[in-house]
Amino acid sequence: MRVAVIRFPGTNCDLDTIRAINSVPGAVCDLVWHSDDVNLSKYDLVVLPGGFSYSDRLRAGAIAARLPVMEGVRDFAEDGGLVLGICNGFQVLVESGMLPGALLPNSNGRFVCRWVHLKVEENRGPFTNLFDRNEVIALPVAHREGRYHPQEPTAGDGSGYRVVMRYVDRSGRRTAAANPNGSYGSIAAISNREGNVLGMMPHPERACDPLLSPLGRCDGLRLFLSAANYVRGSA
Amino acid sequence: MTPQKLTVGTSLSEKDLEELKARLGRDPTPVEVAIAEALWSEHCSYRTTRGLLRSLPTEGRRVVLGPGYDAGVIEVGDGYVVSVHIESHNHPSAIDPYGGAATGVGGVVRDILTVGTRPIALLNSIRFGPVEVSSHSRWLLSNVVRGISDYGNSIGVPTVAGEVEFDPSFERNCLVDVACIGLGRIERLLVPRADRPGSLLLLIGNHTGRDGIRGAAFASRPLSGSEDDRYAVQVPDPFTEKLLIDAITELVDGGLVLAVKDLGAGGLATAVPEILHKGGTGGVLDLSAVHLREPDMTPIEVLLSESQERMLLVVERELIGEVLRVLERYEVPSSLIGEVTEGGRLRVLWRGEVLADAPVWALVDAPEAPPRGRGIGGEDDQKGAKVTAELTEPEDLEEVLLRMLASPNLCSKEWVYSQYDQEVGTRTVLRPGEGDAAVLALPNGKFLAVKLDGDPKKCALDPYLGAMNVVSECRRNLTCVGAETVAIVDHLQFGDPGDPEVYASLEMTVRAIADYCRATGIPVVGGKVSLYNSDSVTGRNIKPTPVIGGIGIVERPSMVTRVSFRRKGDPIVLVGSTCPELGGSEYAELIHGSAGGPVPPVDPDEDSRICSAVLHLISLGAVLAAHDSSRGGLGVALAEMSIGGGIGASIDLRRLRSDGPLRDDVALFSEGRSRIILEVREEDLRLCGRVLDRQGLPWSVIGRTGGRSLTVTRGRKELVDLSIGELRRAWSSLERLMGGWA
Repeated sequence: MRVAVIRFPGTNCDLDTIRAINSVPGAVCDLVWHSDDVNLSKYDLVVLPGGFSYSDRLRAGAIAARLPVMEGVRDFAEDGGLVLGICNGFQVLVESGMLPGALLPNSNGRFVCRWVHLKVEENRGPFTNLFDRNEVIALPVAHREGRYHPQEPTAGDGSGYRVVMRYVDRSGRRTAAANPNGSYGSIAAISNREGNVLGMMPHPERACDPLLSPLGRCDGLRLFLSAANYVRGSA
Repeated sequence: MTPQKLTVGTSLSEKDLEELKARLGRDPTPVEVAIAEALWSEHCSYRTTRGLLRSLPTEGRRVVLGPGYDAGVIEVGDGYVVSVHIESHNHPSAIDPYGGAATGVGGVVRDILTVGTRPIALLNSIRFGPVEVSSHSRWLLSNVVRGISDYGNSIGVPTVAGEVEFDPSFERNCLVDVACIGLGRIERLLVPRADRPGSLLLLIGNHTGRDGIRGAAFASRPLSGSEDDRYAVQVPDPFTEKLLIDAITELVDGGLVLAVKDLGAGGLATAVPEILHKGGTGGVLDLSAVHLREPDMTPIEVLLSESQERMLLVVERELIGEVLRVLERYEVPSSLIGEVTEGGRLRVLWRGEVLADAPVWALVDAPEAPPRGRGIGGEDDQKGAKVTAELTEPEDLEEVLLRMLASPNLCSKEWVYSQYDQEVGTRTVLRPGEGDAAVLALPNGKFLAVKLDGDPKKCALDPYLGAMNVVSECRRNLTCVGAETVAIVDHLQFGDPGDPEVYASLEMTVRAIADYCRATGIPVVGGKVSLYNSDSVTGRNIKPTPVIGGIGIVERPSMVTRVSFRRKGDPIVLVGSTCPELGGSEYAELIHGSAGGPVPPVDPDEDSRICSAVLHLISLGAVLAAHDSSRGGLGVALAEMSIGGGIGASIDLRRLRSDGPLRDDVALFSEGRSRIILEVREEDLRLCGRVLDRQGLPWSVIGRTGGRSLTVTRGRKELVDLSIGELRRAWSSLERLMGGWA
């Protein structure tokens, strides 16, 4: 699997993401500065990592979404390439229109950093084929603007995107306490209809080493391994 | 030389002016006066405390760079080094809590960059007035936390540990201490000195504006409460800081720079002379070459500006092109502002005119000075405190324990730390709340443990024993996560040193730290002093607040130890004996409104034996959970261990080791002496006893884990029986208190 990790001024999870992907056997990862002249078509996966691109000026992700590199990312996705936006990367995908809806400031107005439980509702896509449907996993979130608001309130079915993960409690129930930011329908991750563009607020790259995970699990690594599986299968 | 009119007033004393005159053999120019004023300020020169600080032991097997530089550096094996620095931004934060705290983070991060290391973790220790009654303090807390959160999170450095304390002494002079940890390779280590004549001085980062002019002088006097104070606070820009981190890391990795220096208090006026002085060189500084935000600035304003996110690089002439290419890629502005010369003179230019021409030493070497007198005495409400025997024993210890758990000083600080990104960098093994210290993975397979501790209540009662308790507690916290303490840094925060009582407490504090460190072989690798911390309305000095930052190393992943109980039915071992002294304890103050009498004694030698025995037990795999018993005593510590793991415990107070009979309340809430609570694997209890006996340590099995509640008895008499749910509800009180503050 050949991976490009795009770095904007203010991106700060780029190196973590590369380290995580490098633990996937056979993955080769390049760090790409947004203004570098790079042909994305040689990659299988493009990652927009977390951080504060352009200092979240205007709105989180708003400036990065309008840079020339995103034209390339859009073309890459239209050709079937895998695109993963994590946290600020998700915000960039939403701002660029590659995924629908908006990511609003957290309902309590504060930055929130904590481990959350998530239900994987979609396991047919390229990023979640190593999860059971409705499996409850644990990943950390760290953001100030992660409250997902859909374009149309009756989201999910037929409106052009799929809900991939929702915030739940340990036993898989959607509760207010388990929803760290007040997201509509407890939505944590969505993909486009085809499934090749995934945006998620939780940080899978921070859950790839049992030593660094409070529960000793590697649920984030499974996401990257799923992508590698998919790439191998479709090659 | 053309005399330049001063556009801002000087606070250099008559005597200092005479001294400067004598050194130069002529009248100093305004620019020379401005430089001396910045460099001779207490903030930069430690003129009051230098003599005292010399008594601290600074050498050790792992020490690479000790105090006197922008950061201390220790060696952690396999060619890796760890740097550490601590600073406070107390005065700015009291006026503009958001900006003051944020720029405090920015400054300490840049200090870490100066030694060629990359910042990998932030810690903070913050103190305010009583939040439960003061909305001003709630406003300060909320904004300080947001300032740290916005800045630290944006630059991608995790905030991994800290402490929060509330005391009336800090109502109008909050304390905001920030420490940063860096990681690097020993062969890439830089020392902030310009020792190669012919090399160039390159100023990089933000444009220079009028913000923060005379901050060094501002930090060296009490707050006046006037509008003028507000202009001395700088504007934070974490976006540029992140670009600086990335650009400087790349320059250091490529071996493209000779030295790096932060522009902190005093701006160019301190950075340039200091880096030349350390290198034994001279230099030329052309102020008119600086890239400006406001084009009409005067040379003095350019010289003294404290615009944030600026750094000085020393670059070899041949490499300047390559350096500029890296900076351009990261979109970091820069200007070539001078060069390093032989001969030890500093010449300051402005559009071809010479504004200063003086020996570097004459400007940098601040004459030692006795403290200025001004203060009107410290907090004296602590005097005449009752001793334990005079405190009435409460009837309902359950209620007392719940009140203590819910008190702002002892409750969970999740409301604070959940606002910090604790994990960016993917090194964090123990996050806030998981262990007694934060633990970070190092690239060589070992782990770094870090912690900040302070205890002004005890320090106010007895500065010597108080400070010893702080160092001892910090070391125990590192021990509990499985780390051996390898170095500390100290941050000494006091009131007006002109007050003899304040000066005496400062002296006793330094002596206590020095005595403890000498007895235990722990080096002090850095520190900072913050004076003139007093209430702007009452004029009272703050309680003496030395904050100790500890650094430890955990050898193996299996040794990383958490606070929470892990299994049911295991013995709970208390190492150390419980003492009757309640001085400066949360219990005495919260429940009895009294300081509680004498401060508990500290025996550094016994500390060493306890820490080494506990580390042996951890390395043998006998320990499932470990927690230092300090603030709030045994009762609060056991509640925390139960809440974390969702596993209760039954404790019998008869089993506690002590020199004499202990009242139940004292047994539960005494904070004294070195004590560590261990959950020991049942099958290893005999081994545990042997290791502790060998060290001649008092210890006992005080109870067992299990059940869904914490029960405390004395024999058959039941004292406490609280479910984990009840404990947790009380303990999460800060969320209820601060919930509405975003």
